[in-house]
Order: sequence, then structure tokens, then C-alpha cells
Amino acid sequence: MAHYPTRLKTRKTYSWVGRPLLDRKLHYQTYREMCVKTEGCSTEIHIQIGQFVLIEGDDDENPYVAKLLELFEDDSDPPRKKRARVQWFVRFCEVPACKRHLLGRKPGAQEIFWYDYPACDSNINAETIIGLVRVIPLAPKDVVPTNLKNEKTLFVKLSWNEKKFRPLSSELFAELNKPLESAAKCQKPVGTKSKSAESPSWTPAEHVAKRIESRHSASKSRQTPTHPLTPRARKRLELGSNPQMSQQTSCASLDSPGRMKRKVAFSEITSPSKRSQPDKLQTLSPALKAPEKTRETGLCYTEDDEASPKRCMILRTRISAWKTIDIKEERILTPIRGGQKSSVMPSVILKPENIKKRDAKETEAQNEATSTPHRIRRKSSVLSMNRIRQQLRFLGHSKSDQEEKEILPAAEISESSSDEEEASTPPLPRRTPRTVSRNLRSSLKSSLHTPTKMPKKSLKPKTPRCATPQIRSRSLAAQEPASVLEEARLRLHVSAIPESLPCREQEFQDIYNFVESKLLDHTGGCMYISGVPGTGKTATVHEVMRCLQQAAQANDVPPFQYIEVNGMKLTEPHQVYVQILQKLTGQKATANHAAELLAKRFCTRGSPQETTVLLVDELDLLWTHKQDIMYNLFDWPTHKEARLVVLTIANTMDLPERIMLNRVSSRLGLTRMSFQPYTYSQLQQILSSRLKQLKAFEDDAIQLVARKVAALSGDARRCLDICRRATEICEFSQQKPDSPGLVTIAHSMEAVDEMFSSSYITAIKNSSVLEQSFLRAILAEFRRSGLEEATFQQIYSQHVALCRMEGLSYPTVSETMAVCSHLGSCRLLLVEPSRNDLLLRVRLNVSQDDVLYALKEE
Amino acid sequence: MSSRKSKSNSLIHAECLSQVQRILRERFCHQSPHSNLFGVQVQYKHLSELLKRTALHGESNSVLIIGPRGSGKTMLINHALKELMEIEEVSENVLQVHLNGLLQINDKIALKEITRQLNLENVVGDKVFGSFAENLSFLLEALKKGDRTSSCPVIFILDEFDLFAHHKNQTLLYNLFDISQSAQTPVAVIGLTCRLDILELLEKRVKSRFSHRQIHLMNSFGFPQYVKIFKEQLSLPAEFPDKLFAEKWNENVQYLSEDRSVQEVLQRHFNISKNLRSLHMLLMLTLNRVTASHPFMTAIDLMEASQLCSMDSKANIVHGKSPALFFKLWFLKL
Repeated sequence: MAHYPTRLKTRKTYSWVGRPLLDRKLHYQTYREMCVKTEGCSTEIHIQIGQFVLIEGDDDENPYVAKLLELFEDDSDPPRKKRARVQWFVRFCEVPACKRHLLGRKPGAQEIFWYDYPACDSNINAETIIGLVRVIPLAPKDVVPTNLKNEKTLFVKLSWNEKKFRPLSSELFAELNKPLESAAKCQKPVGTKSKSAESPSWTPAEHVAKRIESRHSASKSRQTPTHPLTPRARKRLELGSNPQMSQQTSCASLDSPGRMKRKVAFSEITSPSKRSQPDKLQTLSPALKAPEKTRETGLCYTEDDEASPKRCMILRTRISAWKTIDIKEERILTPIRGGQKSSVMPSVILKPENIKKRDAKETEAQNEATSTPHRIRRKSSVLSMNRIRQQLRFLGHSKSDQEEKEILPAAEISESSSDEEEASTPPLPRRTPRTVSRNLRSSLKSSLHTPTKMPKKSLKPKTPRCATPQIRSRSLAAQEPASVLEEARLRLHVSAIPESLPCREQEFQDIYNFVESKLLDHTGGCMYISGVPGTGKTATVHEVMRCLQQAAQANDVPPFQYIEVNGMKLTEPHQVYVQILQKLTGQKATANHAAELLAKRFCTRGSPQETTVLLVDELDLLWTHKQDIMYNLFDWPTHKEARLVVLTIANTMDLPERIMLNRVSSRLGLTRMSFQPYTYSQLQQILSSRLKQLKAFEDDAIQLVARKVAALSGDARRCLDICRRATEICEFSQQKPDSPGLVTIAHSMEAVDEMFSSSYITAIKNSSVLEQSFLRAILAEFRRSGLEEATFQQIYSQHVALCRMEGLSYPTVSETMAVCSHLGSCRLLLVEPSRNDLLLRVRLNVSQDDVLYALKEE
Repeated sequence: MSSRKSKSNSLIHAECLSQVQRILRERFCHQSPHSNLFGVQVQYKHLSELLKRTALHGESNSVLIIGPRGSGKTMLINHALKELMEIEEVSENVLQVHLNGLLQINDKIALKEITRQLNLENVVGDKVFGSFAENLSFLLEALKKGDRTSSCPVIFILDEFDLFAHHKNQTLLYNLFDISQSAQTPVAVIGLTCRLDILELLEKRVKSRFSHRQIHLMNSFGFPQYVKIFKEQLSLPAEFPDKLFAEKWNENVQYLSEDRSVQEVLQRHFNISKNLRSLHMLLMLTLNRVTASHPFMTAIDLMEASQLCSMDSKANIVHGKSPALFFKLWFLKL
């Protein structure tokens, strides 16, 4: 890597200002001020300790922001290095995506956060500093200003410690406020010798030029990725795709809609173009060209030799593509001047709409880039992602490079920008200075070697999440109900969601109060809901949640997250962790890993979050031998920080006592609710509330159904199903005479019979003669032996006698065996497997009385 | 001259006969949905109305078709589906999923099969099937996405339904019935089973979600109808190419059905089993005795076939043995 420093020197020179102060304890010299002088540009930037600086990062659009704490020279190594110690700030886009929601509001476009994370490496190479930036601390009650004139002003209001956002402490606030005045002073351009400084109108251009230069130097001096991407997204890109592919896609995407987008975005910008001095930039351009060759070779060290021609080829194609773009841009764009990127001149007036537009676009780009990291890393998706990123990058470049393009020959620009992209390919660790000084400080050592400001690597590579699965939609619209009966049928379907749940008001209120109180208190708790199937347990809880969500929207209760899992919809009890985690955070993990993550989330202190309401349906299926799942589910809410409300539903009332270990049921607590089966009047009320004013049923018909169902099970589903069937029977019988379309008692009676009648008797009645006589033989044998079981042999002898009595032909063993197995397959008989042959044992599956009754009828 | 004529006659007969045998064998072996329905008109009406409502109105339903083996469950559903698919606006609007409890022996395989039959693999992409859990959640999500009015109805036909009830936790059944009872993609779940105690096999929450519609097929016809079926099964269709021969054949069948000894044979057979498959077996054996020289079935053919059918297998074994072996067996048994 020897070629870096040499090139670096030609681009930008960093020099100390003032006398060194020798630190006694540590053997290095500290400075108070540094001067950055860029070749080809007459301006100098003086950077003092305590000022806020921009530091090159992976992301050219959003360079890192930090406060300079110390400047020193590291002379432990033979080539002396200029080092700096900084206090980092993070931009919102650098916060891990999974933590972003913790902010609880939309971040301001220029909002940054004090990075309160001591493990982060704060020792950087001083030569990565790009320039100065203005950072304004805001008091907690202040609002982060949006639509700012000056993009280079950043605001800090909160601190971020990788876990939560906190308001800035007062002393920190004061400390941050201090350097503002001095910074304003020294940010004035020192390059008075430049002609451009003569008239104030030129200054923006000059700063822009300076900025360009620093940009270039930045990109040349090291192979920094210069995507306008968030570092996070960038990282994924590096992991997921090889550089060549990304380049190819970048070429491919040149003519993709990104350009169009840009055209639209910029066509409205009408600020007059200003020309800056060409001489300055011309001096720049040869310099640009020269190192390019070296870079070309310099790059190759990462790749095989044979790969380099290919690379060159790619480069060439890209250049041509860029050219076309540039031509286009020169035509379309009238670049914005002034405010953009100039950290120096906040006074430059820009038309507000332009700024706004740009801001909007930038945030949009940011959003796009930042919303992606949780995606799939399949090949195709990576490709398309790259395309999107490429477009974003072009957007970014077109903004930042406008000035260059205006002045420089198009080819030059294209080369330089493609260089930047070339340079962007080798992966770099995030926010680690290029050259890490060893044994600078022994305490720092460990943190140097493991840069902890990496994004949390806990995100596992995702299995491809398919595009939303869906059953294909029908080409023909579903028919709407035409008659009263059809309308009634639609309303009586169990799936139809009623506006209210009649007869469950008390239960609704209880559950609502329980959850609401937990939400308001910011605590957690468990509730166990039991009841036989079809008593409206799940429906009631859903209703409660719907109401609470509405209340949360109206700010009556604090916002909460609602998750639902169903034990029956899992293949295996431990999958419940996976489902919860996925619904909670969108992450996918294996069951064990998910359990760990959830435990960490719910049990560790200091993870502020909104309350989570978890509905566990069919709880009994989560039973495992160790009961660890139930234990966890009921244990998490007991942690104060978890803020988890668990509602569990199961069929059996005594489930906690019956199957749970003591430690589990004790954690479940005593908040229990039991849904009683509906009484007949309740069922009647439910039916009539569903039907409302629709006159499809006779009152007596409804009552009959309600009474029948209440007597049997109290299952509301059954009730609705019977009524639905009754409408069908009515419709069927109606076709013949012109009777009014009303469901009568007879219809509902028929439906009830159809659903509840046992089919055994009809089956026996309809069986063949031999089958019937075989059943008789069984009864006779049972009576003879006094047992409820007989072997086939015994029954066969009875059967033969019976047949002889009735004048039937002599039944062979094979025939009788066939009859026996036939009855067995219907489960009228319970028979052993037929390999037992004559000795197979036979039992009746129906009561003897039923058989007698069925046989007597004839 | 006359001998030549009879020779050509017999040639024609031989051609016709091979056609007859082809037609009738097809009828006996395959449960073609073209055949008439015997005594199940009410059930058929119920089922086809239900399917139509699912297809046209997007109403979710679940139904069990219960009946002993050979009572025509599969024929009924095939018939109903065929008629449904003949309706123009339905044919491309309905998805069918056929599952068989003997093939899909666990929920994992069943889910894969459902995904395949719904053509959802293309959505999943190159990674066709993930784990069982992923597959389930994927399918549930897919079915959850739809709603009554916009999604294509799916008809699930579960043959040997009772075997699905033996799957672990009855997850598949629970989910299918749950979909049919909630506002998701409209589905019709049709189960075919021969077990009368099927509802007792279902777990209570699964049972609660099942709509309790049952269609019973019980072979509830009497002997006169049985004879009618026999006649209809043997008759040649009107579109048979050789009209003359068909007429003769049908006349013979009519004559046979009125024959006393034939009726006796049929009565005996009817007494043993009302199963139409056993009747088919009998007719198949009779049909095999028809040759060019013996072009029309007779009562004797039928009686011999019946004897073949009702042969006692063990007695057969014993009869086939040589006396020495017989004694040996007898000795061993002693």
C-alpha cells in the first residue's frame, strides 16, 4: 500500500499550525490547529480543536460527523502520522434499522445524534477530515427545524447509545454550544489570494470548487466507497455482491428510469448559472488524470491479473454512458449554486422551493436506501437492489457534481466519477481509519482491533422471503346476493364480521379494561381465557384489539404493538418463537435463536419500547414436555422492562391446573376468564342481531334452532351453520310452490336433523340382507356368551344358522368375511386386522339397542 | 354360399363385439362421470348447489360425503365438478386441489401438494419449498390475503378424509376449516370418507369449525332398482355404430333382466352386497364369456360368473390339492 501516501500528498496537504505541545504521559505531540491545504486550490481550511468536522466515510453524501477533540502526531511508527481524536455523531441513517423505531418520530433531515458509545473507536487519521461543518445543539423542547436554507448545518438534540435515544445533558449542551462562535470565525476562507474572493458573489463557487477538490482527493487518496448510500446498505452490498457484478449492473442501469427521475427533478430549477474560474479547475483536471493510471494498477492488487482488462472494458463502457448523461445534464440542468454543500456561507440565499425539493429528494433517496437492508440477498434481488442504488447514486452525483460538470469537459468528469466508482469497490470496514496506529494507547488497543461501531451483526442472512403470496384473483366478480334468503345466508356465515358482539359485553369490558390498564401503567401481565369452542373467545379479543387500536390512534391509550399467534397454525410448538419474532421485528431466525432474541428483548433492562400485546390462541398446543414455551410466555411479562401483555386462549378451564407445572401456572397468575356456552336466548339474540331487519326467518324457527343448539353445545358456529342450511332447504323447497321466502320451523327442523342425526341407523337400514343378518348373528352371539366381544368363528356359526332359518343360501366363509370387513370399514363394527382370519375378534361400535331398533323396522 | 354369409356375419359380429366389450369394460372399470346417477339425486343437488355457491358467490363451505365403499362418493363429486366446470364463468375461476389420505400421509406432504396444485411454487421462486413451518405459514398467508369477492375460490377435495384426521394435531384440517369459517379466500372443503364415526375423530375445535354438513350415500335402493341398474349398465348407447347389433343386444339384455334364473342370481348377489362395484365385477366376468360364436349373453353365463364370484377361497385351495397333500394338511391340523 505504499502508493497511497504518495498520491495522497499530491492531493491534499495537512499541516500543523502552531507549536506542538508535548504530552508527558504519552509520547506524542498534540496540536491545537491543523491546516488543510489542497493542491490546485488556493483555499486553506483551518481546523481547530473543538470544531465539528466532516470525516470521510463509506458514504459520500453523508460523511461522518464528529467533534474534534485532539490533534496529535503519532511518532511511534517511522512514517509519522497525523492523528485525531474525535467525538462521533451519528446520522439517523447510521442507526441500525431495527432500532430506528425507538426514536418514535420522524427524524429531521439534518438531525444528528450525539454518539454516546464509549466502545467506539474515536481515534482517526487526521487526514480523513474533509472539512468543517456547523452543528447546532437544540434544547430538548426545541423542534428540529426542517426546510433549512443551509444544508451544511446539522442539529443535535438527542444522544444515541446503541440502545436508546436520550436528550442531551445540560453540560453537554453547553459544551456543544461553545465552539459555535469560534467556528464561525475560522470558517471564513483564508485563501484571500484567490481572485474569486474579490466579489462576494463568487464565493459560493469557490467553496464549491474547494469542495469538489476535497471530494476528489478523498476519493483518490483511498479507495473509499463513494456511494450516496447509507453505510449500512453499502455494507450489505459489499457482502452480497462481488464488485464486478455491481459494476455491471451499474452500467446496465444507466439508461434506467433514474435519469428520467432526475430530469423531472431538475427541470424546474431555474436559478441562473454562474461560472467560476476555469483556470482553477483546469489545474485540477490534469491532476485528476494522472493518478488515475496508478489507481488502475493499484486496484488490481485485489484482483487477478486477468480480471483487469475486463475491468478496463467495463470502465470504458461506463465512460461512454456517462458522457451521454452528462450531455443530457448540461442541457437540462441549471445547477444550483450556493447553499449546496457550502459549509462556509450560510448566508447564501436560495429559493426555498429548490431547497425543499432537494431535501425531499434526499430524504426520499435516503429512505429508499435505508429501508432496504432487511431484504433478501438472493442473486436477482441483489441485482435489482444494485440497480436502485445505482440510480440513487446517480441522483446524488448529479447533485453534487453539477458544478464540475458545468465547467469541466464532460469526458473528464465522467472519468473522474467513474474512478470514484471504481474506487468504491473494495470493501472497507466501516468508520475505521485507514491506518490504525498501533500501541498508541494501550487501552485503546482492543477497541482498535475490533471496531465496535459496526452495525450489529445479529441480523442473519435471510432466507428469501417471497413476494406476497396470493391466490390468483378471480376474473369474474363474485355474484352479489339476489334474494332475501341469499342475503340472509351471507350474513349468517360465520365469517361475516358483525358490528358488535352481542351477549359478550361483560367479557369484552373485562378484557378491554385489563389490557387498557396495562397499557396505561406501562406494565405487563397475563390473562387466561377459556371456554368451549364457538363461544366467541377469539372474536371478543379481536374486537377488544380493534377498539384499542382505534383508541391508540386517537391517542387515548399509548401506542402498542399487537401480535397474534395460534398454536394450531404452528407445525411445532417451538415455532411460536419464530412467529413472534417475525411479527415483532420482521426478522427470521431459527426457533432457538428466536427464543434467545426474544428473551433478550423482553428480559434485558433498558430497552424502551412500546407495549406489546400478544394473543396466544390454542395455548394447549404449546405444551411441551419441559413446558419451556409456556414458562417463557408467562415469564416475560413479569419483567418490568418487557411491557408485554399476554392474552392466552384455550378450551379447557382447568388447563393451568391440569397440564402446567406449578412454576408455570403460578406465573400465569389468577387473571382468568371463562366464556360460558351461550344460552338459548343469547343464541337467539345473536341470530336476530345478525339478521337485523331482514325478514327471512320465522321467529319460531330461530328459537327452535337456538334451543336445539343451546341444549347440545352452545356453539354459536353451529347455530349459524344450521340457520344457513335452513335457508338452503327453504330455497330448495320453495322452487316448487309459490310459498313466501320465509324459513319455517319445518325447514329448520330438517336442517337440525340433518346435522345432528346419527347416521348409524340409516346405514344399518340400508345395508344388504347378508350384512343385516350378520349383525343379528353378532347380537345372538353376544347374548349367548354374555360378552361384548366375539370371534369371527363364533359369529359365523350363528350366521349360518340364521341364514338357514331365513331360507337364504348358504353363506361361504369368504362372503361372510367380506361382509364383516365391509361393516368394519364403515365402523359399524370394530374388527381386528383381517390377518387373524377366523379368530379375529369383533365388537359392535353401535349400541345393541340401536341395532335392534334399526333391524326391527323392516 | 350360406356358409360364406354366416362367416361374414360372424366377422361383423366379432368387430361389433370387440367394440361392445371395450365400451362396457370402460364403463365397469372407470367410474366415468358420464354414467347416470342412481338414487342420489337429492345428494347430488345439495352438493352441486353448494359448489356453485362457492364458485359464484364466493361463499366458503365445508361438507363431508359419507358412505360405505362402492357407494359412489367419488363418482358423485366428479359428476358435480364436471357439471360445475361446464358453466362458462366458473371454469377459469375455480381452483381445485385434490388430496388423498393414502397419498398425503402427513401434513407436510399435503402442504407441498397443495402448493403445487395451486401453482404457488412460481411465487416462491427457485427455492421451491422451505421447511414445513415456512410452507405452512406461506400457505396460510397466501390464503389469508384473499377475500370473498376478489379471490379465486379454491375447492379442496380430501379423499379418504378419515386418514387426514389422524395427522398430528389435525393441523391441516383445522386450518382448512378455519379458512372456510373466516373472511379469507373462499374455499369449499369436501371430504370423502366411508367411516360413519368421522365426526368423533375430529378434535373439538376442529369439529366446531366444521359446518356439520354431511351428505350420506347409503345405497338406499331396493331390488327392482338393482335390476334396473343391471339393465342400464349392460345396455349399449344409442350412438353405437352398428344400430342393428345394438338393438339386438339391448333386446337380449331386456330379455335377460326378465329371466327368472337371472333374477335369482341377481337377488343372491344383491343380498350379499348392494355395492355397485360387485355388480360390475359380476358383469365383467359375464362379458368375458361373450365370443364371436356366442355373441349374446345368456342366463347360464351369468350363473357361472356368479359362481366364480362367490367361490369360497379356502375351499378352493383345498379342492385344488392332491389327496395326499390334503391328508397331510389334515394331519398337520390335527
